[in-house]
Formats: sequence, structure tokens, C-alpha cells
Amino acid sequence: MKVLVAVKRVLDYNAKPRVKPDGSGVDLSSLKMSMNPFDEIAVEEAVKLKESGIVSEIVLVSIGTQACQDVLRTGLALGGDRAILVETDLPVQPLGVAKAIVAVCEKERPQLLILGKQAIDDDACQTGQMTAALLGWPQATFASKVELTSESATVTREVDGGLETRKLTLPAVVTTDLRLNTPRYASLPNIMKAKKKPLETVSAADLAVDLAPRLNIVKVVEPAARKGGVVVSDVAALIDKLRNEAKVI
Amino acid sequence: MAVLVIAEHDNTALKSATYNTVTAALQLGGDVHVLVAGSACAGVAAEAATISGVAKVLQADGTVHAQGEPESLAAQVLELARDYTHLVTPANAQGKSFMPRVAALLDSSQVSDVIAVVSSDTFIQPIYAGNALATVQCADPVVVLTVRSTGFDAAEKNGQAPVESIAVVAASSRSEFISQQLTRSDRPELSAAPIVISGGRGMGSGENFKMLETLADQLGGAVGASRAAVDAGFMPNDYQVGQTGKIVAPQLYVAVGISGAIQHLAGMKDSKVIVAINKDPDAPIFQVADYGLVADLFEAVPELTSALA
Repeated sequence: MKVLVAVKRVLDYNAKPRVKPDGSGVDLSSLKMSMNPFDEIAVEEAVKLKESGIVSEIVLVSIGTQACQDVLRTGLALGGDRAILVETDLPVQPLGVAKAIVAVCEKERPQLLILGKQAIDDDACQTGQMTAALLGWPQATFASKVELTSESATVTREVDGGLETRKLTLPAVVTTDLRLNTPRYASLPNIMKAKKKPLETVSAADLAVDLAPRLNIVKVVEPAARKGGVVVSDVAALIDKLRNEAKVI
Repeated sequence: MAVLVIAEHDNTALKSATYNTVTAALQLGGDVHVLVAGSACAGVAAEAATISGVAKVLQADGTVHAQGEPESLAAQVLELARDYTHLVTPANAQGKSFMPRVAALLDSSQVSDVIAVVSSDTFIQPIYAGNALATVQCADPVVVLTVRSTGFDAAEKNGQAPVESIAVVAASSRSEFISQQLTRSDRPELSAAPIVISGGRGMGSGENFKMLETLADQLGGAVGASRAAVDAGFMPNDYQVGQTGKIVAPQLYVAVGISGAIQHLAGMKDSKVIVAINKDPDAPIFQVADYGLVADLFEAVPELTSALA
């Protein structure tokens, strides 16, 4: 079975984003970029399924500029077999990305599509669901456990009150939650080998996908900073502040 | 102009976030209708009809909606979507799952986690774990929104809207509900609790969270946890507060043994008053705390509990 995994290049989760003074967006220049943490979990899950024998090929896909090649190489070093970059210089938004993934799915015909539950930059949490809808496939979001057979995926999901288990008939879309697995690190030999694995670039125009952003970002500002608090000396002082100053207990 | 709010409920009662979502919907202008799609959900529809400002409740009652299946719920909403300028639902696990399906099938973008309505086509949403606020404008004919409940007050309950039954869509044959394991709790729902007491890695064990539970019960609050505490197995996943867990904004948030990583702050920094109890005076949590207590939590928490008893 072929699995397609979508990965996104985002600001590293440890980096503190800086809002540009002109309000046009977040300044990413000179900051470290990495694979979105949820996508690392998606790649890891695909690799584990391949190691268990049920998956035969892992194809990675990313949508963006040439710079996205680095996260695809990372994914190849972690165990992906080959990679596809859908190249565009336009800012990417979930609906356009979903359409690009659909175009790749129509060509590649995977049985399972795995994505992260959300990207930590736009925090949208939409792409997997949108892709599933456009393909007419069932979905399981926020997966914390995936059991795969040749016909179905039984997925345990993290929902608000606990866990829920669903069975999807393949082909299907799964989005990963934090607890699905612990991603491995790429070893140096695997990083070297990944450089020789196939990485194909196709332009969004060749796929006939309209990636033009549909949401207009009017401005981006920093949230109001909380004003500095005080350090209290002991529990009695804390209770006094909460009762008499903040009046919250 | 008309706005459709898709209610979140468990077939017995509305989830509180639905009330906050109606408030957001009312700010868009136009008639606000509420869709209650569920199984044996007449009681929920009747409850939705009492929300102030709601003009009509649509009840889609059938076993296909028993477990809030995203495929069926999206199909149900699509049947109605063309009559509305806006579709709105809470940004909880259910809303996040079905709403993007609706948006894609309408060829509309979705604005996620809206915290403020600027106008009927312009909204504010947090991005980068709440480190930036983006004002976005959506020109799509049907505007699709998920709403962060902490951004809006809950709507009042003195309405009297009519309830109308509508036809239920066919089930998706390719997604089947198997089982669920819900965490039992008698405490208030985490995302709507007025007081939240959260523990982190510093708690040391799951057993030690009993201290926080006692304190929470005394104050009528809920218990939360950081990702570190969840990953360590101290508490179940659905207690996690943060960018990828629950977003809370209670009157009082007490962070116990939590260092304050940006991913955790993303879930609680809109709380009215933040208290940090941590033995490390350099922990980043003190930078956002209104009141900080540098102390060993194993002494401070029991002392706090007995002083409040």
C-alpha cells in the first residue's frame, strides 16, 4: 500500500516569532525553520506502518517555495521513499494546499494520506479535513493510535472529553495528534542516503491548481502584553491579594 | 443576511461553547439560526430555542448524527449552506473536524479560532501559538468560521425561538463509530470553568494531582495540566491546556509546577488573573503571572488549601 504524507516548513517551534513593525506579517528572516512538529509525527507513523509490512511506499509532499526541499529531505532521511515539491511563490493557505494535495493524490493514488493535525504557524487545523472532503474520503482527525489493514484504518482519536475510536474504509485521511508516536531522529548515514532519494518538483501551474490566497491578511499585530505582576512572600500574602486586590476568590 | 450556528452538544445538553458562539454570530448581523443535528436531541433543540437572539432552531434528528460523525454533519450543513451568508461553530474538537469539510465543499476558506468580529467579513484570529493576532478579511460568498469561546461572552437564556424539524442526510458508509472512552469528572468543564488549577512536570506524579483536585473542588474550579504532565502520564490528554490542547480564559488560573513554555502560554494567557507557584524564580511563567509565589509546591499547595478551607 502506498501512503502519502504532507509536510510543511514552518518557523521552528522553539523560536519566538517577531511581528513586523509595519503590521504586514511575521518576520521569518534569519530565524530557524523546521518541519512542522505534527508532520514529523505523520512521517514517523508512515515509517512505522512500513516497518510493520503493511505499507510498501511512502511518498512525501510539500507545497511552497524551493526552500521546502529541506523539510522533504528531512522526511526522506526519516524513512520516506521519494518526495514531491509542488512549487509556488504564493503564500499558502489551507484550501489551496488541499487542492494541491488532491491533484497529487489523483496522480499517485495512495490508499492512506497522513497529515499533521495543524501547522504551528497559522494554527488553522483545516488542511486534512479539506483534502478528505474534496477527495470524498472519510477522515479521522487528532489520531493517537492507528491500526491499518489492507481495507481499513481503525483510528483512536483525541476528542474533548477523552478518546473515540472509528473505523475508516480506505482510502482515507488521518491527521496526527501529539500522542500518536515519538518521532525518531535522522541518523547521519540516513541523511546522506536521503540526498540520493528522488525529489521531484512540479509547478502548481502544471497541476492546474489555483493556489491564490483567498483570505486577505489585513494586518498582523502583537497581542497586548500582560503587565508585570508581583512576587508575593508567602501563601497568606497570596490569598490576601486574590481576595482583596484581584477579588477572584 | 442570515447566520447558521451549528450547535455542539452530547444529545442531552448543549456544550457551553455554543452560547459563546451565538454571541459571535449575533455580532455578524442578520438572523441567527441554530442547527441541532443529533440523535434523540429534542431536549437540546428546546434548550437552543431559549438562547437570546436566536430566530429559529433547525432540528436534524437521526441515528446518523448519534456520535457527531464529521462526514454526516458536514453533509447536513451543506444541505442548508446556500441559504446562509455565514456558517459558525465552536472551535472545539467537533467543530475543527467537520467545519473545514463544509468550507472545502463550498470552495470557501475558513477562518479558524475567531476571537473578535470586526465586521461581517473581517475577523481577528491568533496565529503562531497566540504570539501574533491576524486581522483577516474573507470575500467568499459563504463565510465559514470557527469561534474560540473564550473570545466571547455566553449568550443569555431568555429567548423563545420556534423549532423546525428538517430532513436528515444519509449516513456515510465509509466511516464507522466503534467506541469511546470519556474521562469522568464531576468538576466544571475545563474550557468554561471560572477557576482552573493546572499542574506541570513539577507535580512529580499523577498521585500528587490529588492535591490540585482538592484545591479545585474547594474553589469550584477545574483541573488542567501542561503537556509535560500529560506526556509523563500524570493526567489524561484531555486535561492538556495549550496550543494543541484546550484554550482557557478563566477568572483565575493557577499554574503549579509549570515552567511556562510558549505552547502552554498559548492556552491560558488570556486568563484574567494568573498565579504561578514554582520553586524556580527564573521560570518564564513568572513573566505572565499577576501573582508569583516562589515556593516548593508540596508545601505551598497544602497550605493554600488549608487556609481556604
